[in-house]
Amino acid sequence: MPAVENTVLICAGGACISAGEKSVKEVFEDTLKKYSLETVVRVVETGCMGACDLGPILVIYPEGVFYQKVNAENAAQIVEEHILKGRVVERLLYKGDTGELKTKPQEELPFFTEQVKIATRNLGVIDPLSIDEYIARDGYFALHKALFEIGPEKVLETLKKSELKGRGGAGFPTWMKWDFTRKAQGDTKYIICNADEGDPGAFMDRAVLEGDPHTIVEAMTIAAYTVGAQKGFVYVRAEYPLAIERLTFAMEKAREYGLLGNNILGTDFSFDLEIRIGAGAFVCGEETALINSIEGKRGIPRVKPPFPANKGLWGKPTLLNNVETYANIPPIIINGGEWFSQYGVEGSKGTKVFALAGNVKNTGLVEVPMGITVRKLIYDIGGGIPGGKRLKSIQTGGPSGGCIPLEHLDTPITYDNLKKLGTIVGSGGMVVMDEDSCMVDVAKYFLEFTVEESCGQCTPCRDGTRRMLEILERITEGEGTMEDLDLLKELGENIMATSLCGLGQTAPQPVLSTMRYFWHEYEAHVLEKKCPAKRCKPLMRVVIDKDKCVGCTACARVCPVNAISGAVRKPHEIDPEICTRCGSCLAVCRFNAISKVSP
Amino acid sequence: MAKIKSLEELMKIKENAMKGLKMRDSGKKGKIIVAMGTCGIAAGAKDTLRAIVDSLDEKGIEDVAVVQSGCFGLCDVEPTIEVHLEGADPIIYGHVTPAQAKRIIDQHIVEGKVVGDLIVKKGEL
Repeated sequence: MPAVENTVLICAGGACISAGEKSVKEVFEDTLKKYSLETVVRVVETGCMGACDLGPILVIYPEGVFYQKVNAENAAQIVEEHILKGRVVERLLYKGDTGELKTKPQEELPFFTEQVKIATRNLGVIDPLSIDEYIARDGYFALHKALFEIGPEKVLETLKKSELKGRGGAGFPTWMKWDFTRKAQGDTKYIICNADEGDPGAFMDRAVLEGDPHTIVEAMTIAAYTVGAQKGFVYVRAEYPLAIERLTFAMEKAREYGLLGNNILGTDFSFDLEIRIGAGAFVCGEETALINSIEGKRGIPRVKPPFPANKGLWGKPTLLNNVETYANIPPIIINGGEWFSQYGVEGSKGTKVFALAGNVKNTGLVEVPMGITVRKLIYDIGGGIPGGKRLKSIQTGGPSGGCIPLEHLDTPITYDNLKKLGTIVGSGGMVVMDEDSCMVDVAKYFLEFTVEESCGQCTPCRDGTRRMLEILERITEGEGTMEDLDLLKELGENIMATSLCGLGQTAPQPVLSTMRYFWHEYEAHVLEKKCPAKRCKPLMRVVIDKDKCVGCTACARVCPVNAISGAVRKPHEIDPEICTRCGSCLAVCRFNAISKVSP
Repeated sequence: MAKIKSLEELMKIKENAMKGLKMRDSGKKGKIIVAMGTCGIAAGAKDTLRAIVDSLDEKGIEDVAVVQSGCFGLCDVEPTIEVHLEGADPIIYGHVTPAQAKRIIDQHIVEGKVVGDLIVKKGEL
């Protein structure tokens, strides 16, 4: 048996798979076979490494060389050059701002070095299909410790000391949920994992399930032992087929090893898990709607109280946490509560995974200590704003959150601070917006989402959000009045005060938050009938500068609606009546003659 | 797979799997290079290589890679092998017969003690 010389980690997170990871792996393995290297090179598919904009990513050990944006073609080249001849393929290395080559960005770039990985500790490190590798990284030792060394009371105490709060959005102290469920009366209790990650732009839960499924199995088993439950459900949305596949496999392996099912670790404690697949309704991320959905009922929220801890699934005491929260549990049990609370700041301890998206250089997943400033997260870790544009605002917490404007860039990210700013940490989605974003348009986008996803059970949410959307549509079409703005605010406040569940109670947030910080943009839309960012189509026009246009006809040829006229070598003109403001002409003009204007 | 019932069993899996993981980290890997030039092969390097691989296999050592190389230029002391462990200078051994190879694995790789009587050179060539 020849010993393995190289191990190649291929990131098989969702983003890398969509970027062509499967074909890269295929070519890579075929090329290895061609040179009879398949026995000395081990190819491992790992979970999401976090740097999604660089995918597909491939890291070759022992050297730890990091290749980015690999495709089927250059995968073969990497085998031929790097593996066979020992020469690093410089063309495919990560390049810094000044163009210098970075062989090991994971050891140099702030994107990697500033991170503290607890919930995502195994992502990109282990093979998600190998239970042994999970065990090698201290997997299932926390379960053993809970069962044999410390017992349920100490587990709770450890969680209390860690000050871990729910990472799904609401930020409720985790130990209290566990304690309520433990103290609830009843012999039958349930454990649920909420993996119905629905916020546009957030995907840390999917990454954990795909990259480290055993951590969820272990954490839920510890939870079951602590609160006295016998059965658990993982509620995963159907849009996450890979997460379902890997979690299913992990559960089978754990049963085989005696770590799940009957008589766990040889004790008389038994607990088993089942996966329930959600059909993709956003509201099913709300805990009581999720419980209804598992029961086979329509996914609509219940009135609280009673809370699930007392009356949850099939009326029994139920503990419900989200994926990221569970992923923190095993390391906390092993290392102690104080270890976790050394990270973060007062009131917001530990780390949080953020999904960076939008107008930021390094999009992807990052896990950082809470209390980090927005500036550091966006500029140091996120790498700043691409294309020399200026940052305008950061939307956090998805459709339930609000935005952080420039003047609050140095705010440490904590549950309390963001609340004061009128937004939430939420599940950790961070959409970065540059100067080209229209805040009214952004608010409209999120409201369109909640209108679509409102379950329709209560009137404020069902009708109220729709009325708000209609007002926003009027404003972005230049038909809005100042009375509309007052009405918008009043409606929003009423919906938040009177809706049944979290969806409605937070749905107006994106609107109210942008009204608070970007009032001048709303005013410009209403009073001047102008969109300062030139985003709202009815309020802008695309024009050709007659002095700059040389009449090359490039724009006229790409215009899909034939709105551009003019003779060759004569200045062209756009007919605003026909023009759809698609911007195709802007992209092809080589003379900078075309621009967007808002009157 | 038998069900796990004790910490010891869990530890055992951990230790075994650790080896596989460790190998990926740069610098942590051990490496044995066997000189397989014509001179080496003529002096019996093929048998030495087989003995090394078998011996590592027998002991379940997986975090040490066995690599073939060309001639070291030390043709008069063939078969030669170079043992390169993490954090230590590489050691070149000469006249490594299959029996001596087993000794090197036992003493150098397993116990971490350099086999003094077979050393040709310490440090990079």
